[in-house]
Amino acid sequence: MASESRLRIKTLVMVLAIVLCANAGDLLLKKGMAKIGPVALTPQGIAHAFRLTVVSGTIWLAIVFLIGFMACYMTVLSWADYSYVMPAGAFGYAVLTLLAVVFLRESVSPRRWVGVVLICVGVLLVGQTKPRTTPEPTEAVARCA
Amino acid sequence: MRVILGLAVLILGSTGGEIAITYGMKSVGEPPRLRPRAVLEFLGRAVRNGWFWAGIPLMAVSFYALLVLLSWEPVSLVIPSSALSYVVGTLGAKYILREDVSVARWIGVVLVCAGVVLVAAG
Repeated sequence: MASESRLRIKTLVMVLAIVLCANAGDLLLKKGMAKIGPVALTPQGIAHAFRLTVVSGTIWLAIVFLIGFMACYMTVLSWADYSYVMPAGAFGYAVLTLLAVVFLRESVSPRRWVGVVLICVGVLLVGQTKPRTTPEPTEAVARCA
Repeated sequence: MRVILGLAVLILGSTGGEIAITYGMKSVGEPPRLRPRAVLEFLGRAVRNGWFWAGIPLMAVSFYALLVLLSWEPVSLVIPSSALSYVVGTLGAKYILREDVSVARWIGVVLVCAGVVLVAAG
């Protein structure tokens, strides 16, 4: 039972890290690309934009967050179910909507609020289930070691 | 027709890639502790796993399909449609990864999918 709650806590921590890294990465990428401006879809235009992205600190910071996202995602999938982690990641949509209302004072349509509520209820329902339902092959290895 | 084909590539590519990576990570086994060194060692083993390298190109193809779709159709159609990947991913988890998807988890996934459609559609 103790290991069950430990499993839940470490999965929750990793899911929060995934949501944080993915959203921070996307927002920084958006900010960095907005600074660069519209990219002309010609070979010269793309090459020019590429040179600007390589020297942009914001873009590099975005890349660091996105690598962090991938590392956390891979790590949590080493013990938790894919069908547990994947829907839980959608919680980011709800967080982004709340951030947009609180910090950017954006107006949010009733349809979008219904969506946020559905996501939160869905994530809570998935969160109630066991994080891992497949057998643990590492147990045998751990016992041998 | 081409939009449906594009969406199929987008959804099957991303879920196929993630399922391959999940399979790989389960076979690598979890890090013994969540300390930076143990996690880095785990990631080192993970990127040497063949399933990881099967998953990455699938996800790249899916990303390319997303860019192509966005050049054909408005974002308000493409992103809500891609929410179908929650259901397809859960089917893959059940039948390929042999995860035990309970009724509660199914209801949760369907609610999340519907919620993402509504949020993405604005």
